[in-house]
Amino acid sequence: MSSENKQILTTDGIPLEVSLKKAEKKNKVKAFLLVAPLLLFIIITYVFPIGDMLMRSVDDKMVTEMLPKTYKSMETWDGKELPPEEVFEAFYFDFQRLIEEEREGKLSTQLNYTKNGFKSIIKKLRRKSKSFEEGNYKEQIMAVHKRWADVEYWRAIKRRAPAYTYQKYLKGMDMYENEKGEIVNVAEDRRVHRILWLRTLEIAFFVTVFCFLMAYPIAHLLATLPMKYSNLLMICVLLPFWTSLLVRTASWMILLQQQGIVNDFFVMIGLVSDDNRIEMMFNKTGSYVAMTQILLPFMVLPLYSVMKTISPSLMRAGKSLGGTPFIAFWKVYFPLTIPGIGAGCLLVFILAIGYYITPALVGGASGTLISNQIAFHMKSTLDWSFASAMGLMLLSGVLVIYWLYNKLVGIDNIKLG
Amino acid sequence: MASKKDFVKFDKVDKSYDGKILVVKDLQLDIAEGEFITMLGPSGSGKTTCLMMLAGFETPTNGEIYLDGNAISSIPPHKRGIGMVFQNYALFPHMTVYENLAFPLRVRKIPKDEADKKIDKALSMVSLQGFAARMPGQLSGGQQQRVAVARSLVFDPQLVLMDEPLGALDKNLRESMQYEIKHIHESIGVTVVYVTHDQSEALTMSNRIAVFNDGKVQQLSSPDELYEKPVNSFVAEFIGENNTFAGEVSDISDGRCKVKLANAEILANPISVKGKGEKTTVSLRPERALINPSDKMDNIHNGKIEEVIYHGDHTRVRINLLGNPEFILKIPNSSSNLDIKLGNEIKIGWNSDDARALDPK
Repeated sequence: MSSENKQILTTDGIPLEVSLKKAEKKNKVKAFLLVAPLLLFIIITYVFPIGDMLMRSVDDKMVTEMLPKTYKSMETWDGKELPPEEVFEAFYFDFQRLIEEEREGKLSTQLNYTKNGFKSIIKKLRRKSKSFEEGNYKEQIMAVHKRWADVEYWRAIKRRAPAYTYQKYLKGMDMYENEKGEIVNVAEDRRVHRILWLRTLEIAFFVTVFCFLMAYPIAHLLATLPMKYSNLLMICVLLPFWTSLLVRTASWMILLQQQGIVNDFFVMIGLVSDDNRIEMMFNKTGSYVAMTQILLPFMVLPLYSVMKTISPSLMRAGKSLGGTPFIAFWKVYFPLTIPGIGAGCLLVFILAIGYYITPALVGGASGTLISNQIAFHMKSTLDWSFASAMGLMLLSGVLVIYWLYNKLVGIDNIKLG
Repeated sequence: MASKKDFVKFDKVDKSYDGKILVVKDLQLDIAEGEFITMLGPSGSGKTTCLMMLAGFETPTNGEIYLDGNAISSIPPHKRGIGMVFQNYALFPHMTVYENLAFPLRVRKIPKDEADKKIDKALSMVSLQGFAARMPGQLSGGQQQRVAVARSLVFDPQLVLMDEPLGALDKNLRESMQYEIKHIHESIGVTVVYVTHDQSEALTMSNRIAVFNDGKVQQLSSPDELYEKPVNSFVAEFIGENNTFAGEVSDISDGRCKVKLANAEILANPISVKGKGEKTTVSLRPERALINPSDKMDNIHNGKIEEVIYHGDHTRVRINLLGNPEFILKIPNSSSNLDIKLGNEIKIGWNSDDARALDPK
């Protein structure tokens, strides 16, 4: 039709579309300026740190920068036999410069990550290299320690040549790249991370299930009780929310320890004997109990907000149409609460998977999660790149769960309140 | 049809929620099979409570309800087999129209092909064929209402309860739905108990109307009787428009009584007055009073026109008559009533039969 293609003009003769864009531009700019501070805040506090974390987890420039000449000369070395003289020479000069800058300690730490045994031979080399004579460095270095004459150690140095590495990710999954460049599992007795990942998933899963089982009746009660009782109950639900996380965890320690109130009570009613008190803390039980209690409000609130919108007449309709109370609940009420269940479970699971302080305090050795391991590497071993790698693995795990959830339930089916 | 006179029977039913106030007092009500009965009353009059007791969502504090001769107080709602239409339809929002209608059939384990037939029948009854796959959210208010009605009828209940089902619809739709529900009732002969606070709805649809006030049935009768012959001043006031004169009976003899007002005396029909000196409220329907009456009428008085409101098919005239400044008159816009002007004195007459001397307010 011709009228569709005809351009509509305003009374001033400007095309309507142009005029509309112009009129709306001001509003768009205004709206953008209003969100700009927040956007900036998010970029500074969220996008940059995560980007930095990503870089750090794959960054391996340190050794590359410390041994520039060595790596240059190694380019032609095939790694089958001991490297030629010029590699040794280049390494000697790089090393001398590091000694001057007092950075040879860092080199030994870094190389030791790649292969054990570097620490002592670098120390020895530093001592001996003061008396080195000019020329024939290969002989002189190899004479310092027999490991310097071992081709494996030179290969280890060469493996650190690329500026970026995925080694930390392999380590996070208890794997490593061996001398031949194959990705293999670490020895069975040293596989700590896989256990932690699985335990993290397990604890997060069960905490979510427990939270759901406990929160559903509470939320239902909250939504159906008369106002004056439901307000009181709501405060009871929210009170822990307003209490410090540490205080709550500490109070669980008081309750759950072997000389604690719960055990005292069990002994008193004769459930257990005095010398056979139950261990409820510093193990998984402790993590389960404390995390379930702490995360419960995150399940109650979305469920409550959904249940509040379900008209009581729907249940009545279900019953009046002949459904038993159970059928009316299962076929009518329950399906309508699914958006709340989805929101609550996703929220609790994601929070639980990254939980740190509570498992650290009450989890003991068998109740700690992957985040405790991350914190350990951040604070104790100072291997930040490894901590970053595990942090990113955790983040991508959460994203995968989110994606799965979206596939299964649909993210627009969620209702947080 | 061989209908039972007391298909549903409320026998001395009391209901109290807090142990202090009775919301339903000593209710005695028989509903015949196939009847369309409306419980009409202002909010808080106990009508919905009665319906909820019948449906099984409330239990009577005292007394018993019988359905087809069986006491039902101890039977849970889902075993009563009563269809119900709720105030806001209560359609299951996560189910299609088909699934909504299939719900009562599925819980009764009716085979699928038979259920499909019933659903088709129910949907065609409310003229919603072709809507089976829609979700309730995709339907208009009127359509949702029809689905709710269809759902309450699909499992062939003997009794259907409707709790202000048309309250959320706009005026035109409400009126057409009234006729539709009435026709459905007539065609399938189901017993309907209908709750509303809208008197015109009640008058349009019902065989009988129970007017509730203060937890009691004030009057139970057919719509015309309710309107023409209210038994007390609450009913007279609640149903339709009403002109009242408050006064005292000064004489009473062979079906006539004289009522003394502040400065006049009128003749009235004694309904709830027995003797001289009783206080009374005389009720007169606006359309029973005429302007320029013939001499046969036994009440003829002069009044002054205070207000004239044009209403299309008729004109409402407010007159100050015998000390009542709120006397309303409805004059059809057919005749040439040119002297209806503000401030004019006009002559108004009515028969004493139509002026009902009821209890004082």
